Amino acid sequence: MAYSEKVIDHYNDPRNVGSFTKSDDQVGTGLVGAPECGDVMKLQIKVENEKIVDAKFKTFGCGSAIASSSLATEWVKGKTLDEALAIKNTEIVEELSLPPVKIHCSVLAEDAIKAAIQDYRKRQETSSESTASA
Amino acid sequence: MKFPIYLDYNATTPTDPRVVEAMMPYFTQTYGNAASRNHQFGWEAEQAVEKARDLLGETIGGGGREIVLTSGATESNNLAILGAADFYKEKGRHIITSPIEHKAVIDPCQALEQRGYDVTFLDVDDDGCISLEQLEKSIRPDTILVSLMAGNNEIGTLNPLEEIGKITRKHGVLFHTDATQAVGKIPLDVEQMNIDLLSFTAHKMYGPKGVGALYVRRKRPRVRLSPIMFGGGHERGMRSGTLNVPGIVGFAKALELCRDEMESEAERQTALRERLHQRLQAELDHIKLNGHPTQRLPNNLNVSFGYVEGESLIMGISDIAVSSGSACTSASLEPSYVLRALGVGDDLAHSSIRFGVGRFTTEEEIDYTADKMIFAVKRLRDMSPLYEMVQEGIDLSTVNWTPH
Ligand SMILES: Cc1ncc(COP(=O)(O)O)c(C=O)c1O
Ligand code: FES
Repeated sequence: MAYSEKVIDHYNDPRNVGSFTKSDDQVGTGLVGAPECGDVMKLQIKVENEKIVDAKFKTFGCGSAIASSSLATEWVKGKTLDEALAIKNTEIVEELSLPPVKIHCSVLAEDAIKAAIQDYRKRQETSSESTASA
Repeated sequence: MKFPIYLDYNATTPTDPRVVEAMMPYFTQTYGNAASRNHQFGWEAEQAVEKARDLLGETIGGGGREIVLTSGATESNNLAILGAADFYKEKGRHIITSPIEHKAVIDPCQALEQRGYDVTFLDVDDDGCISLEQLEKSIRPDTILVSLMAGNNEIGTLNPLEEIGKITRKHGVLFHTDATQAVGKIPLDVEQMNIDLLSFTAHKMYGPKGVGALYVRRKRPRVRLSPIMFGGGHERGMRSGTLNVPGIVGFAKALELCRDEMESEAERQTALRERLHQRLQAELDHIKLNGHPTQRLPNNLNVSFGYVEGESLIMGISDIAVSSGSACTSASLEPSYVLRALGVGDDLAHSSIRFGVGRFTTEEEIDYTADKMIFAVKRLRDMSPLYEMVQEGIDLSTVNWTPH
């Protein structure tokens, strides 16, 4: 299979690989996919005042999956949570010129962003509850 | 070193220049139709074919008159299975095979199931080995054929042909073996092994693509087959179609070279395979050999690299040509059915790479490949959420995954 130049670039030089401490209140973690499907993405965001100030990822998956998640971390940085939620997988497909068989890799990246934001929001709720009851 | 490095000799092989040379005159000079009985062009072509046929038959312990020339092992397998099933249908309609056969065996068997035949797929263990007891127990009065391959194309595991042949002969059942990966690499003898039908192909042994053969036993017992291709009645009515004379000449030359170099090449290629395996094992954790550790084709190594996905791994070694059992390389998004049948988890099946070494593989190429693999696996593991979780002591089977 031939990969687009952008996929190869992200594969060779992935942006924002790494991990934040999961328990940090500022951090939201999205873990999507399954090993038996051949793809698992972990995408983490660091949030200050509803704004994503940093993002990191780790991906087990094909080159297109690595590129999709790498691109996703670039795109969410600097966005508000609501702006990040609006990112569509079709935009990733277009940016990376993914062929039809690789569309699910971009879907996974969109899901990972959403899961990370959801996790962050849930953790804010529980931590504000615990402060309220304290 | 020349790049890319070819390490996919189980998929196909380059045609040896000595084979090409032997073929050349049959394109432009001796171009007759081997079935033309009225002139010298035809006679010469026929002579060349008969000489090739003898070599092909005798090398596997049979005779030239027991060779049916075909377009390759896919056709040979189809002819053996469909042809025997049809010819012996009054005797019975039960066939025994295994789940890790090549698709060119499994698909015709499944087509027969659709037509009312009964097919038993034997169990295979973690190494891809069948049980001889289960084989013998599976034979019924209506069993007509056992089809079990010589060496597996993905994982390299060899079947105990001689023991299988003893059982099939004892019960009066035909024994077909798809020996595509084994002929020219390991000793095979249809007499000693009681093989009745044997498929092989030129392009896996440094011959041209598109030519193969089916050995069909002529005595003790005489095996009969219904044709699957009808026409001019070539190949004693079993396979019609004008013979591919240059291809057949090349096929015989290729087998002759493999035969003459077999012992030393098997030893050399096994050493190369082991050298690669040992390097990988020494420098990487969580790797798993697929297939039997010793009962395997000399040129095949199949390894799963835990927590990295096969396609991304192949991308990381883009100057080395190998094959992956991963989902993502095929449009079907299914991991290898062979690894699945061995009980390899889908996660490890997605992480498997098949290395096939061959006549032109050098030690230098193997060392380069080992370095490159080790680097790529380490890099991808730094990027792998699964490897990270395992390092943290998380049991991946307890994680609530979201399959899609
Ligand atoms: C075990 C086995 N059987 C059959 C085949 C098919 O051979 P051919 O390409 O000659 O049709 C192959 C090769 O892909 C093979 O490895
Ligand atoms: S991760 Fe399966 S095709 Fe991309």
